[in-house]
Formats: sequence, C-alpha cells, structure tokens
Amino acid sequence: MISSTNFIYLALLPPLLAPIFIFIFKNNQNLRDSVGLIGSLISFYATINITNDLMNGGSPTLYLFNIFSDLSLSFKVTPLGAVFGLLCSGLWILAAIYSIGYMRGNNEKNQTRFYIFYSLSIFGALCVAWSSNLLVLFIFYEFLTFATYPLVVHKETDESIKASRLYLGILVGSSLMLFLPAIIWVWYSVGTLNFADGGILNNTFDPVYAPILLSLFVFGIGKAALMPLHWWLPAAMVAPTPVSALLHAVAVVKAGVFSILMVICYIFGPEFMNSSGSGKFLIWASTITLFLSSVIAIRKNDIKARLAYSTVSQLSYIILGGAIATNYSLIASVSNIMMHGVGKITLFFCAGAIYVSTKITKITDLNGIGHKMPLTFIAFSIGALSIIGIPPLGGSWSKFYLLLGAAQSELTIIIIILAISTLLNTYYLLDPVFRAFFMDKNENVKTVNHPLTVYPALCSAFLVILLFFYIDPLLQLVNLIIY
Amino acid sequence: MIHGILGIWNYWIVIILMMTGLFIVISRHNLVKKMVGLTIFQTSVFLFYISLGKVQGGTAPILTGYKDSLYSNPLPHVLILTAIVVGVATTALGLALILRIKSEYGTIEENEIAELNTEENSK
Amino acid sequence: MIDLIAIENHLPALQVVIPLLLAPVAILVSLPFLSWLVALFGSLFCLYASVSLFFQVSEFGKINYFMGGWLPPYGIEYVIDEASSFMIVLISLMGVFATIFAYQSLKKEINKKSQSKVYGMWLLALGGLLGLVTTGDAFNLFVFLEISSLSSVTLVALGSKKDKRALTAAFNYLLIGAVGATFYVIGVGLLYSVTGTLNIADLTIKISELTANNSVKAGISFIIIGLMVKAAIFPLHIWLPSAYTFAPSAVAVLLTATATKAALYVLARILFTLLFNADDFTVIILQWVLLPASIVAIFFGTIRAIFEKDIKKLLAFSSLSQIGYITIGLTLGTASGIMASFIHIANHSMMKAALFMGIGAISIQLKKSINVDDLKGLSKSMPVTSISLTVVILSLLGIPLTIGFISKVYLLKAVFSHGNWPILFIIVLTSFLALGYAWQLIENIWMKQPVDTALTINDDPKIYIPLVVLAVFNILFGIYAYPIVNSAFNASAAIFWKAL
Repeated sequence: MISSTNFIYLALLPPLLAPIFIFIFKNNQNLRDSVGLIGSLISFYATINITNDLMNGGSPTLYLFNIFSDLSLSFKVTPLGAVFGLLCSGLWILAAIYSIGYMRGNNEKNQTRFYIFYSLSIFGALCVAWSSNLLVLFIFYEFLTFATYPLVVHKETDESIKASRLYLGILVGSSLMLFLPAIIWVWYSVGTLNFADGGILNNTFDPVYAPILLSLFVFGIGKAALMPLHWWLPAAMVAPTPVSALLHAVAVVKAGVFSILMVICYIFGPEFMNSSGSGKFLIWASTITLFLSSVIAIRKNDIKARLAYSTVSQLSYIILGGAIATNYSLIASVSNIMMHGVGKITLFFCAGAIYVSTKITKITDLNGIGHKMPLTFIAFSIGALSIIGIPPLGGSWSKFYLLLGAAQSELTIIIIILAISTLLNTYYLLDPVFRAFFMDKNENVKTVNHPLTVYPALCSAFLVILLFFYIDPLLQLVNLIIY
Repeated sequence: MIHGILGIWNYWIVIILMMTGLFIVISRHNLVKKMVGLTIFQTSVFLFYISLGKVQGGTAPILTGYKDSLYSNPLPHVLILTAIVVGVATTALGLALILRIKSEYGTIEENEIAELNTEENSK
Repeated sequence: MIDLIAIENHLPALQVVIPLLLAPVAILVSLPFLSWLVALFGSLFCLYASVSLFFQVSEFGKINYFMGGWLPPYGIEYVIDEASSFMIVLISLMGVFATIFAYQSLKKEINKKSQSKVYGMWLLALGGLLGLVTTGDAFNLFVFLEISSLSSVTLVALGSKKDKRALTAAFNYLLIGAVGATFYVIGVGLLYSVTGTLNIADLTIKISELTANNSVKAGISFIIIGLMVKAAIFPLHIWLPSAYTFAPSAVAVLLTATATKAALYVLARILFTLLFNADDFTVIILQWVLLPASIVAIFFGTIRAIFEKDIKKLLAFSSLSQIGYITIGLTLGTASGIMASFIHIANHSMMKAALFMGIGAISIQLKKSINVDDLKGLSKSMPVTSISLTVVILSLLGIPLTIGFISKVYLLKAVFSHGNWPILFIIVLTSFLALGYAWQLIENIWMKQPVDTALTINDDPKIYIPLVVLAVFNILFGIYAYPIVNSAFNASAAIFWKAL
C-alpha cells in the first residue's frame, strides 16, 4: 500500500528526472521520445491515486525542508490542486503523443531541448498545483516561466526572440513588481504563507487594504492574462503548436488562474472576499477582459491567434467565477479549469494537425478542408461547442454554474455580457468549422497525413463528452473546497 | 574674538593646506602635480595631528631624564610616523605608475591621456 | 611539534600576520608556480583560521585579542565577534576561490616578469582586508585600509599588458583611494581630539556622551565619506568601473568579492555600533546622505549597465547597483535591514565572483576583452561554463531557488517592515530592469549563432572548476539558506546593540 506522500514523489519525480534520460538518449529518437510518454503515464497514475486519497478524506502532503524559518518547501494536495494536477498529468500523456507526431512531421530541430524543457514545465506546473504555501507557489511559478522560455523561443527566429522577450518581460515584470510585494505584504501582516481552508486573512488583515492586495495578486499573476497584461499570450503563439497546446492552453495559463483561485480560496477565503468587497473591481476587470478579447478574437484570421484570444477570454471566465466567490461561481471556475483545458487542447491539437498536414495557418484558407481531414474537424467542432457551452459537452456545466453564480449575486449586467460573449464565441469558434465543411475548396491543397497528430485530438474530444456525464467526481472535489 | 581666531592659527594653516592640496588634485592635469597635491593634502593632516598633541608648556615627547618634565602627547607623533610611511608608499606607487604611464602613453597630462583613451575606446 | 593550542589562541593575529609574512616570500620565490603555491597556502591558512574563529565565536561569544599583550585602550585589540567572523569567513573563502582561479588566469594575462611578484601583492591585499574587518583600533583600521588599497592598486595596474588603460585606472584608483583614506584619518583625528582614545570600543563609550559635540559630528562625517569612497557608493564610485574593467580577471574576482564588502562592513560598524547612542545624527546620515546616494546608485548602475557593451564594465556597473541594495538595507536602521545587508554582502560576493570568473575564463581563450556579442553561441563551445554562467545570471536576477532570491526576499521584508513603499517599489522596479542587461547575456549564450572566433574555444577544466563550485553554491545556499541567514542574523545582532 503506497502512502499518499510516496504517490506525490511518484507524480513529481518523472517530469523532473525525465530530462536526464531524454539527454542520455538524445541520439536515439524512439527511446528519447518514449521517455516523456512513460513519465507521463507514471505521473498520471500517481495523480489519480492522490486524488482518490483526497476524495476519501485523506490529505496528501509531502514535506521536504524549511527554506525560511517558518516556511517550508512542502506540498499539500488541495481539492483545487487535485483538479489542476489531474489536468496537467493527464493531458501530458496526450500532448506527449501529439508532440512526437508534430515534431517529426514538421522536422523540427532542437527536439531534445524541446522535450527536456517540456518535461520540466510539467514538473513546474505540478509543483504549482500542489504547493502548500504561497512561497512554494511563487518559486515554481517563476520556475515555470523560465522552463517555458526555451519552448517559446524554440524556432530561434527574430520573431521568436522578440516574442520571448515580451513573454519574459511581462511575466517576470508582473511577478517581481506586483506578485512578490503582495506575498511579502501577506507574510508581514499575517506571519505565515501557508494555505488554509477559509483563508488566513480574516482576522489579521485590514479589510480596507484588501482590494489593493487582491489587485496586486491578480495583476501580478501575469499568467492569468488579465488585460492589460495579456499581450504575452498571443505573442507566445510563435512557439510550435505542442507548446501552445499544452502550455498555453493548459499548464501555464491554468497555473495563472489556479494561483489566483488559490489566493482567493485559501488566502483570502470566500468569506473575507465577500466581507471586504475585494471582488468587486475584479468582477469588472475580468468581465471587460472576457468581452474585449472575444471582440478581438473575431478579427483575427490566424488560427492560433484567434485561439489565443479565446483563451484570454475563457481565463477571465474562470477569474470572474473566483471574483464572485459564491459556491456556484467557484464550482464554475474550478470545473472550467478542467473543461476549458480539455476543450482548448483539442482545438490546438487540431490547429497543429492542420498545419502539419497542409501548412495552413489562416482561417480564410480553411475552405473545404474538412473533407480531407474529417476526423480533425469533428474533434475541432466538439472542442468548440464545449467552450461555447452547448450540452452534452463538458463546458456546458461551467457556463451553467457561472450563470447561476452571477444570478445568485444579482449581477444582471454580467449575465447579459456573458450572453453576448457566448454569441461571439459561437461565431468565431464555429467559423472555421463552417468554412471547412460547407464551403468549396479554394485550390488544390496537398495534405499529408500524420496520424499521431490526429488521434490525441480525438481522445481529448472524447474526454470532453465524457466529462459531461462524469461530472459527479468533479463536483465532489469542488465541494470539498467550499465546505 | 580676534584673539580666539588668531589663537588657532595652526588650524587655519591646516585648513588652507588641506584645501590647497585637494584643489591641486582635482584641478591640475599633470599627473605629477596631482601627486604633489595629494602629498600636500596628506601633510596638512599630519600638521593637524601634531597640533592636537601639543601640550602647553610641554616639550618634545622624548624622555629627558628629569622627573617632572611635561611632555607633549606622544601618541599623535607615533600615528603620524605611521601615516608618513603610508604617504611615502602612496607617493612611491603613484610615481611608479606615472613612469609606466609615460612609457605607454608618451605623456603625463591627464587630458591628453583621456584623448588617447577615447581613441582606444572607439577602436 | 607545532603547538596547536598556541596557534588557536593567536589566530586573530595570525590570520593577518601570516599573509603579510608570506607576501615577501612569494615575491622572493621567483618561480610563478611556487609563488602561487605560497599564495594558496596563505589563503588556505586564512580560511582555516577564519572558520575556526567563526566556530569559536559561535560557541563562546566575542573574542578580544590584545596584540602583543598590551591591554586596551592603550594597546591595539582585535575583536572577533559574530559580525567580523562572518566577514572574515567570507573574505577568506572568496580569497581561496580567487587564488585557485588566479593561477591559470594570471598566467595568461600579466607580464612574465611580474608573475611571481603578483602573488606577493595578492597576499598583502588579502591580509589587509582581513585586518580591516577585525581590528578594534581606529588608526590600525586606516593602516589596513591603506595596505589593502595600495596592493589593490598594484594588482589593478598589472592589467596593463592586456590594456594600457589599466594604468590610468590604477592611478585614479590610487588618487581617489588615498584622498578617501586621508579623509578617514582626518575624521579619526577629530574624534581623537575630543575623546583622547583610538580604541573603537572606548570611542563608543566616550562618544555616547558627546553626541552633540560638533567635532564628533564632523569627525564621523569625514570617516563616513572616506569609507564611502572605498565602498564605491555613489557619487564616490568613480574609480570602480575602470578599475574592474581593466584589471586582470582574477584581480577583478578578488576585488569585487572582498574589497568593497569590507568597507561596507566597516561603514555598518561605524553607523550602528559606534553611534549607537546618537539617534538623531545617525538618522540624518542615513536618511539624507546614504539613502539618496544608494537610490541613485541603484538606478545609475542598472541603467548604465543596460547600455554597456563591454561585459566587465557591465558587471562593474551591476556591482554598483548591488552595492546600492546593500546600502539601502543599512539605511533602514533596523536589525532586519542590517541582516538583509549582510545576506546580500555574502550572496553578491558569490554571484559577482562567479560572473567575473566565467568572463575571465572566456577572455583567456579569446585573448581579448569580451563584449556582449562575443558571448554568442557560447553554449556550443563551452557548455560547462555556459551553464554555470546562466545559473549565476539567474541568481543575479533574483530567481527563486538561488541565493539572489533569498537576499531579495529578506531585503523586501526589511523594507516592508519599515513601511517605506517608495523604496520597495524602487527595488522591485530595478530588479525588473536588471533583466535588461542580464537577459541579453543569456540570449546570446544560448540562442544566437556563434561568431567565427568563438568556434575555436573550448572548456578548460583547470579554469572552470572554481566557477562550477561557486555556481553550485549559488543554488545550494539558495535552497538551504539557513547557514547564511542565521550567521547574518547573529552578525546583525552583534552590530545593532540597540536590538539587545
């Protein structure tokens, strides 16, 4: 019977140690590429066990040592962390398969470096997911920024270098100038940074300053891409699609919103959020972001750019749920982490598959391709419909709960904006599908088939459907957060 | 009051020498003159210390053999001996550097050296 | 049979005397390798002495060593307490690293005929710095100040084989350093005229009753200005960029890790131990002199570094801004501020020494001074050096899991508890701006294609070993920060009497 602590080791060690084996096997393509896959399977298995333990009432923790006198480098799996952890390790499996197909299909160079830092990024994301205090979160949040840098700048073109500078500049700048001071402020006022149920600020922090503190956190966590700090996300699309898929749809941005949710749930606590009214400005900041980015997404012709702005918009849905901070809205946020992650990765997988097969990057060039790549576009439609929020797909639950939460707090304007945004989502996400299936081909486009780029998309699309029916365990987990 | 001002005439000399020395260090271009200025500056400090040590009616701090002799304070004299040695070392090092600068640059005027340096920089 | 107990008892003196005695030995031995061995032996002995003193102090408390058996306040005493033992361990440890690195590096960078003599100067500098931080007599401090300064000047001047501008840099260093030291002497003289004593502990007692006396104030001011010159605090920093740029690489490693830090330590001692009863006056110095100076230093250093192409000059300006951070910790005037300063003194020494070592390793191979562009594609030709340099640069930026992060957090905490928001903002802003000069180095090393000359260079284990060890320290003490933080805490308690 393996203890949950050992399962945490089992989940964290594969992404940390895989780079060593990837480096050793760098000359044997097949061995090297399978290292990541094997690692992801081990990690996912361990994560499932940890989640199981959590749902049965356990509290998996792993303590390493003290960094500062009262702050330790330790891990504690919270329900929120379990959801994020499942998402990362599970989707790593799909992304590993997909990367093999994409990198070989495109004949990319520097593949060893790619796999090494991919693995390290997953490690960073998992450590963020299971951090037990704000300091560990910050450490691995920064680690994640630097681990993903080589992936963003992978192509080493001038455009990549400029984009990576923007990426680094915004993320490091916001975390150094806003996030870190906020952490120190909490540390100084409260004396501890350990996450606790119901938050730690309740009796120790002056509520007058709470909105300022929250804004420092929210804008300091640049990975959550709240406007005006969202620029790095479209810029990072210069990276190869596996990077965009896993990292910028799943790991990096979810680490951002995850951190914000952790701060809201376990540092502020829903009670303090509501009593100090800190959420009010955040409701408006996230609503503006989700609306504006939907509008911008419509005007983007590049597939990945449109998906990037869609991600910005969806992230703000999650933040909005956190800002409203009622039980329904928090359910919406946490479930959307899962739903949007799975849905978006499907969309990115498809975008990459299209690129590998046809070298198409613009939406207007997609006319009629659907007949040549039916599976890919079916997967794309499923992912798109989930994000739009149509049942019986997973994303409908999050939208439903978000509307419930907004109604619960009597935020009618927000409901109206959410409705308009859904309409916009429908347009810009289904537009590619319509073009692919219902319009005639522009010219003769050669397609080369790479099955490994198609099947992962189908798997994640299937997951999207599955999550609709299998929503109960997720709700169970989420309820653990609130009560 | 004039008695008070004139009474500390040794300190006035110290201040004048100090300022003179510093001024030379800053304003003169010739490196040797700078060293001279530095030496004057340091000498003024020596004078300062020695002045501190004078006891009214006291003789030089060397044992005279008489029981009731009044001596000036020997400690500043000792300190200044040390400081003079340090000053000599500084001057020696400075002059050695000037010799090397002369052989490398061909000049010991600071502004000409700066010009040669900027040419070096832009190369 | 060497009487170990006798050595143990006299370690405070020996750690200064042995290097000074070995210096002429190193000069007389004409073979460069043997001279280097003498220097290595001297620095290893100092390391042994300082570590053993450190443990003695942590067990038994302050050690007062009376030179020659003469009691203070007439005799000269050496005081080893938690703060000075912190400094001597740091200085001798960095001295050992620098000495190990120096052999290969100096061999290629200075004149043949100077190669054995340089180690004599090296030992003098080391001994002078060790004496500077341990002496308890104000005038003795001046003597050691001058010993370390003059030998540093000589060491800097030895870079003239590579670039003759080393000579003018050394001359300026000499002039400005001598003026600064003389200011210090004037200050000591003024204090002596009022109190009649030179012993620092005695001065502390006597000054505590005389804090309103103008001579005392003038004396302290002179002393502070003199120390600011040596510590390279803006605007008296002018000697530093040229001196570090044109000095031989190993000399830059030694100086950056030790010389300015020793002066900053003495500054802290004067401000907080000597003046422990002079609240109003100390506050004036801190708020109106040191605080503006350090803020300007931070901005000036960071921004000037962004536009600098020559890497050693870039690192020198970066050092200026880091010294500004250390000084800001001091200006807070609280125990946590001083602790943060000590932590950064230790961490910055390790970071900058490693950086200069890395650049030195490259410049030995390329045989010229390194520009930012010369780093392009370094990862392919010198992988070990590249990785170590990257680790240390990330540490300089303050990335978590490195020592740079530890010092940043403690500094921010100290500023926070002082409630000074503008300073907090300035510190984080400039940390972000530091990305401007540091990231282009990393980009060039890893992401750019190499220039032609770079293809001929490769890693040399003889050179990179101290660099790798320091890079490992950067991470090791970033994770296991307890030794440094705890020693810094004790050091701050030893200095800041009011906290007791």
